[in-house]
Amino acid sequence: MSQTMNKTEQSGSFMSMLASGTLRIIVSLVIPLLAFVILAWSVTYMTNADAPKALRAVIALLVGVGGIWVLYIAFDNLVSLLPVRMREGVRPFVFVGPALVIITVYLLYPAVDTFIRSFKDARSVNFIGLENYKFIFTDPNMLIVLRNNLLWLVFVTSFVVGLGLVIAVMVDRVRWESAAKSIIFLPMAISAVGASVIWKFIYTFRPAGRPQIGLLNAIWVALGGDPQGWLLLQPWNNFFLIVIYVWILVGFAMVVISAAVKGVPNEQLEAARIDGASEIQIFFKVIIPNIRATLLTITTTILIMVLKVFDIVFVMTSGQFGTQVIANSMFNQMFTFRQFGRASALAVILLIGVIPVMIYNVRSFREARS
Amino acid sequence: MSQVKIQSERSASNDRIRQIFSAAPLRITIIVIALLWTIPSIGLLITSFRHPDAIQTSGWWTVFQHPFELSQYTIRNYQQVILADGMGEAFLNSLLVTIPAVVIPITIAAFAAYAFAWLEFPGRSFFFVVVVGLMVVPLQMALIPLLSLYVNINDLIGIKLNGEFLGVWLAHTGFGLPLAIFLLFGYMSTLPAEIMESAYVDGASPLTTFIRLVLPLSVPVIASFAIFQFLWVWNDLLVALVFLGTNPEKTVVTARLSALVGERGQDWHVLTSGAFLTMILPLIVFFALQRYFVRGLTAGSVKG
Repeated sequence: MSQTMNKTEQSGSFMSMLASGTLRIIVSLVIPLLAFVILAWSVTYMTNADAPKALRAVIALLVGVGGIWVLYIAFDNLVSLLPVRMREGVRPFVFVGPALVIITVYLLYPAVDTFIRSFKDARSVNFIGLENYKFIFTDPNMLIVLRNNLLWLVFVTSFVVGLGLVIAVMVDRVRWESAAKSIIFLPMAISAVGASVIWKFIYTFRPAGRPQIGLLNAIWVALGGDPQGWLLLQPWNNFFLIVIYVWILVGFAMVVISAAVKGVPNEQLEAARIDGASEIQIFFKVIIPNIRATLLTITTTILIMVLKVFDIVFVMTSGQFGTQVIANSMFNQMFTFRQFGRASALAVILLIGVIPVMIYNVRSFREARS
Repeated sequence: MSQVKIQSERSASNDRIRQIFSAAPLRITIIVIALLWTIPSIGLLITSFRHPDAIQTSGWWTVFQHPFELSQYTIRNYQQVILADGMGEAFLNSLLVTIPAVVIPITIAAFAAYAFAWLEFPGRSFFFVVVVGLMVVPLQMALIPLLSLYVNINDLIGIKLNGEFLGVWLAHTGFGLPLAIFLLFGYMSTLPAEIMESAYVDGASPLTTFIRLVLPLSVPVIASFAIFQFLWVWNDLLVALVFLGTNPEKTVVTARLSALVGERGQDWHVLTSGAFLTMILPLIVFFALQRYFVRGLTAGSVKG
């Protein structure tokens, strides 16, 4: 008797587990799907309407975003109608499910798909083993691409972190600190495309004898040199592009490092000074050890950004004259050559570059939790 | 007594060292660096207001010979680039892309971050680790499959996403979500548990707690992420090129400007004024909201 009771209870709880599991999946899927339909409907409906573009967009946005809120609230109310036992088991998925579904569709599934495509041919039809990777690591042009990315990684990162550190420590000692910091940080606000136009103008070239309108050639000619097409000078043109990214990123590194430098305990600095340490010694023996964690974080951050450098090369040279990099090469493989296999393999190489950081992030998050 | 004397002597010598360091060479170095960081942008700004002929025949620095001779400046370049070269329309398109691409991910991420921080559900820590892991995945990993997914959706149900704003909004939403959830979670999980408990005791549902308590308290972190995402989307070129293309009716400022670089290679009056137009809104945000701006940028630095 008691056994059968147990059994029905078990099967009852199994049924309810199944039911709430299904409901969880349903709310997770249905909210983003409905939101998508609402957004799509309001955009297309508004596109057909005969009103100014901006107005149409505002209305579409209000309907779309308002629709998302209404969906969340409506489904939360629907869940409240469920039997008490299931209610609180399903409810969290109203909140978290849509985000998980979107992340799955936009990042998780594509990442897996790209990985698989990297072993297939240009049209992603037949498996061709490691051919795409073999191409990347043997084709002479591709080897230049890999070399350039390495140049970018080494030089941008070391210059940005080094300069950022030196400027952060120096700027700490003047009264107009915040003004100087703003000026150096400012390029971080503008787009890499805009920055590229700024520098392309600096590198402009006019034949000898005519007035140079590019700043670099003007200085160069004033110093007695012949005008140069800086962006054509292989392999040095890579460094003229690298300068642009350094110019953009130094302020960012400086701001982050500067915050850490201010956190160095005053007692330690005073103690070192009383012991007669020089400012150079203080810099290496007191400040650097204290901000090591920050230096590590900013270095990995810059490495990740530089690994995927795209805009600067795209605008400055389109990857010609021996300046191609991985992300830009992938774009060309995708749109110019329609080589989806090779493009995917290039993306996978970028992914492999960030995997150590991924593992480190997950690990330090887990440690912080426990 | 003598100890005190020695100490004061020492601190005097410390002051001297510090004086040397904060004196001329240091200041000059910083001024030189600040100049190096400003001159490129100033050159662009000045050039964008010069007559096209003058730009082609003399360096922009020559305006300093007679800086107050106003006849050497003009706003014609801006008129041309806004009206004839499509930057005006692109500017509007950039706004139309950016605003939803900021608002939608924040909304969805806020709900999710609240659940991760304050609701119990199976797989909570597993899903969160997945989110943390996906944060740095290069978005290049997503481009090809999403393009073909968009094509399939169009074939199957007739909703066009390629080359449409909706497709870009959703792409930016997907790419921005992991970081948004991570940042918002970090902030929301530090809110005091007593507040949640007392709300629960008062009979507030999770949704009410979220809307009435957690959201208002999370405004600072939402502002930081909003600024980061705004800059990211406004300044982005890759996602815009892939999902919107260069069709003048839909294209954004960065893509339009990079197309102008190709079309109008040496027409610096068009390129400089166009470039300044792409920068104006981020610069306003930069000067108006500097503190939040720095926080937003440094918080969101490790996006994929």
